[in-house]
Amino acid sequence: MFREQENNEIIEESDSIQIDEHKKREIAIPGEKIVSGKDFLPGDGARREGEDIVASKYGLADISGRLVKVIPLSGAYIPRPGNVVIGRVTDVTFNGWLMDLKAPYSSFLPVSEVSRFVKGDLTEYYDIGDMIVVKIDNVKSKGIDLTAKLRGLGKLERGMIVFINSNKVPRVIGREGSMINLIKQETNCDIVVGQNGIVWIKGEKVEDELKAKDAILFVVSKSYVEGLTEKVEKYFREKRNS
Amino acid sequence: MTYTKRYDGRKHDEMRQMEAKINVVKNADGSAMFKFGDTIALAVVYGPKILHPQHMQNPRKGILRVNYDMLSFSVPERKKPGPSRRSQEVSKVTEWALNSVVDLESYPNTVVDVHIMILQANAGTRCAGINAAALALASAGIPMKEMISAVAVGKIDETLIVDLIKEEEDYEDGEGATDIPIAFLAKSGEVALFQLDGRITPAELKEVVKIGRKACKEIYEVQKKALKHMEEK
Repeated sequence: MFREQENNEIIEESDSIQIDEHKKREIAIPGEKIVSGKDFLPGDGARREGEDIVASKYGLADISGRLVKVIPLSGAYIPRPGNVVIGRVTDVTFNGWLMDLKAPYSSFLPVSEVSRFVKGDLTEYYDIGDMIVVKIDNVKSKGIDLTAKLRGLGKLERGMIVFINSNKVPRVIGREGSMINLIKQETNCDIVVGQNGIVWIKGEKVEDELKAKDAILFVVSKSYVEGLTEKVEKYFREKRNS
Repeated sequence: MTYTKRYDGRKHDEMRQMEAKINVVKNADGSAMFKFGDTIALAVVYGPKILHPQHMQNPRKGILRVNYDMLSFSVPERKKPGPSRRSQEVSKVTEWALNSVVDLESYPNTVVDVHIMILQANAGTRCAGINAAALALASAGIPMKEMISAVAVGKIDETLIVDLIKEEEDYEDGEGATDIPIAFLAKSGEVALFQLDGRITPAELKEVVKIGRKACKEIYEVQKKALKHMEEK
């Protein structure tokens, strides 16, 4: 009964972890020294121990300017405020919806954080099992507060859901959305990538959706390769020829 | 007759062939396999995830839960599956050892589950389990202070040896066998696990720590290689 607007723009803006594809990075092991020097500042996944910056997580050590951080390669999704994610409604209460984001905390979307005026039975708006694009408002020790008030957020109708590792999301989106735009263009599909690793694809035909899914899984499996956008362009060219 | 030549011909301070591999279980958040010769341990990590029952939740930090299990086909004579007194004890000491490296302060009210499965046992299973669990925790992106490595040092009759096999553990002549599993933190060198089964003098114990520390350096190199290797696929 409610048709949602196009869900594009804000998804790309939320890509906070921009990955520089051309920089050489080393794998860091917990407890291992990354660099030493008083000039450097420890970022995510790193800490200072005397003179040295030490990794506190397993991942790729990234030194950009003075900031040293470790980008994790695998593991569960850790929710951050501002992330745009896709979740499934697991329960409807009198004042909102409980959602499953595949994150370590339970999450709640209150009625007041939904753009439309909702009255009466909440299941008429979002029901159990519906997939919704939401933004993380706040992460507290007890749970996640969600909002769906912004443009582009809301219920996803029809289409296909693909699960990927949340650490590969920046790669699937690409620099300023280059990768996801390429896939959208090549497959004529509407795609929303949630930061939690849930991807929604909707195209005119199922074949298009499958094509987009294969392309996304290709990106995920080749996520360490440099110059990935060109590789994907080549991948699409080969697909068209065969 | 004293025990001078080892059953499998190794030197006193020589370890069995080690092998380590990470991301062996696709559906887990992190996983690893670690081998000491015939002893194979598989560790799987899930989480951080919501902890149930709720009364166990800690609002200051996430908790670690370790489950060690020897599979029924891991020993020559079929082992009755399921938890036992021994497996509960090993789970507990492994949990304590791993708790000294993981840092779950940023995930309050959650749990990280570590399941250690012994696929094949020939002594040193708790040490192999700790080594595998450390790798699995790292590969799951869990914040850790540093890596941890464990090894079993033993005194067979009057000889100190490293990385015992089952036959050596069961040695009964002379003074018999003493088994001492030790775990060290890789960088700071702190002791995270120290158990003793048998009899030994304080002077010998100092020597045991020295031997264990040297062996753990070797193990750490193997672990490091397994973690570094991952990218080249």
